[in-house]
Amino acid sequence: MEKTFIASSKVIQPLLHSGLALIIGLIAGAFLMIIYGYNPILAYTALFRGAFGGMAEFAETLSFAIPLMLTGITFAIGVKAGLFNIGAEGQVYIGALGAVLAGAFLHLPFGVHVAVTTIFAMILGALWSIGPALLKIWRGVHEVISTIMFNWIAFYLTMYFALYHLAEPGRAEKTVSVLETARYSVLMPGASLTSVIFISTAFCIVIYLFLTITKAGYELKLLGANPDAAKYAGVNAKRVILSSFIIGGLAAGLAGATQIIGRPPTWALYGTLGNVMGLGFDGIGVALIGRNNPIGVIIAAIFLGALKNGGRYMEYSAGVYSELVGAINGLIIIALAVPEVMALIRRHLKRYKP
Amino acid sequence: MKVKVSTKILLAFIVLGVVLVITEVLGLSPIALLEAALLAMTPLALAAMGESINQKAGLVNIGLEGIFLITAVAGVYGAVEANNGMVGLLFGVIIGALIGLLFGVLSVYGRADQIIVGIGINVFAIGFVPYFMMSTWGFPGIYIPPKEVLVPPLPIPVMRISGITLLAITLGILLHLMLHKTPLGLRILAAGETPEALDVAGIRVDYVRIFTAILSGALTGLGGAFMPLCWFGGIVKEISAGRGFIALACLVSAGLEPLLAMSFAFIFGFAEGLAYTVAVTPGIKEAIPYHLVLMIPYITTLAVVTAFIGKRRFPKAIGTPYTRE
Repeated sequence: MEKTFIASSKVIQPLLHSGLALIIGLIAGAFLMIIYGYNPILAYTALFRGAFGGMAEFAETLSFAIPLMLTGITFAIGVKAGLFNIGAEGQVYIGALGAVLAGAFLHLPFGVHVAVTTIFAMILGALWSIGPALLKIWRGVHEVISTIMFNWIAFYLTMYFALYHLAEPGRAEKTVSVLETARYSVLMPGASLTSVIFISTAFCIVIYLFLTITKAGYELKLLGANPDAAKYAGVNAKRVILSSFIIGGLAAGLAGATQIIGRPPTWALYGTLGNVMGLGFDGIGVALIGRNNPIGVIIAAIFLGALKNGGRYMEYSAGVYSELVGAINGLIIIALAVPEVMALIRRHLKRYKP
Repeated sequence: MKVKVSTKILLAFIVLGVVLVITEVLGLSPIALLEAALLAMTPLALAAMGESINQKAGLVNIGLEGIFLITAVAGVYGAVEANNGMVGLLFGVIIGALIGLLFGVLSVYGRADQIIVGIGINVFAIGFVPYFMMSTWGFPGIYIPPKEVLVPPLPIPVMRISGITLLAITLGILLHLMLHKTPLGLRILAAGETPEALDVAGIRVDYVRIFTAILSGALTGLGGAFMPLCWFGGIVKEISAGRGFIALACLVSAGLEPLLAMSFAFIFGFAEGLAYTVAVTPGIKEAIPYHLVLMIPYITTLAVVTAFIGKRRFPKAIGTPYTRE
């Protein structure tokens, strides 16, 4: 009995822990509703209907999941290399800015324009991630501090460009829209799901393959799991740290692009950055729920996408302000950080399995 | 090593002097600038000093940003409910202490990954604060409490200075003495360096760490409630604007020394005060775009951390749970 438990533990235990953390988060969320006199059953029913009630609803949920899986990758690839890269937020802004620049001002044929815009946004996201990477490598500045500073600089820089240089004439609240040639095609009328979902899932799968079958991916994981062993194995830590940041930046830049060229109806960036804000921080929860595994990240992104999409219906029909979903995400992260939660389950399992 | 640090500090003050001369030339009021710097310094200093002691004891709470956010709304809520600003500040301290306690319990007894718990606190706060504001006041983004519940500055001539600022400076000295001159301070240092030895000496490592976690939360909570009640006079949902992380930059640059962390808080506060003053000064505000001016504090933080972090030494047992054998 004990042996099978250990053998299956590599897959089942993380799943159990994630599942339990989700339940803890949702229950705590219910308490936060009860405090303010809302009905949590009504609210969660509305949330579930809004997220999975029909094909259009599910398509919308997938649409919400697209940027989340990418920012999830940013954090996950950092953790795999032993880093806490919380810079996705700023890299998303810069990626979105790049998508507006390339999408609205370049004139390229259909097909080529989409590709160029996507790649341009990814490269800008990666460039923005190099700053914290170099500070870490050269001076040992902790990435938690440097990435947050870069996030805020990106925030004001992007806002500055959006408001003063790229604003649509006569409509100060948003930038000019990207050209038709730079847009991903809408897959389903009535939902904002576009073909960019294929690009984003493909990106996650490429990262999965990178981590599992390439030597560089192995070195990255080794550095994260055991820095001393990596050193003896001759892993160049500086190069691995840099590549982890750059991959994260590419992912976050792509996430920013998906909100501009891969999501109707605005095809533009709001002056408040409202349509890209918070995506980077949401990705942290996604990565942790998905156990920092790219495939797990895709599934976790759909889960959080469902919460975010369904949250709007919850607000509409149960009156619960949808920002609560963000708070629930935070509680899930806290629950996932505590290994003792799992130890508790193990003790219980042992009690029932003599 | 020590000499080098002090020369760097000296350099920093020379830079400050140069900046002051420039402001003089530009026609900025130095008094207004100093007032702004002291206001901006206060929450940074409180959080940085509390958390530096927490880290000396071996715990790393990067959730300061989230505690700032939550205690800022909690402070306004308490002040409005009690119709008294001081009660609001106290409310911030209590809520901050409770979050610190939760962090301490999860880290010490739950053996949690402290960085992840801190990130969780921050993510929770980003969602919870607008939810709370919407449910309590009907507006998700901004709330201006009645003027009577704000805490006024001290009734002294020449310049406006908050009593909390003076309290923060006093606390800095007291915390320094506590850490380096008392048995309690010795225990805190031991909890971070050699928890086994402390345990062998019959002192409970868990109690010491829970104490510092609460202290860090309470001071950060005072800083959080300070922002709306003594400084801005209102609250927006992203009121802390990265200050929790700037506070982390202060204590990291200061090698976890509370007094030095306070000096760094002054430098960052000065950068912020300069940004705000420049942003509203006629003649300059037209020339330099507002959004670019607001980047100054963050760029300063990056530059200062990069310059000072060099050979800082951190406690051996930092960030690792301690288990009794």
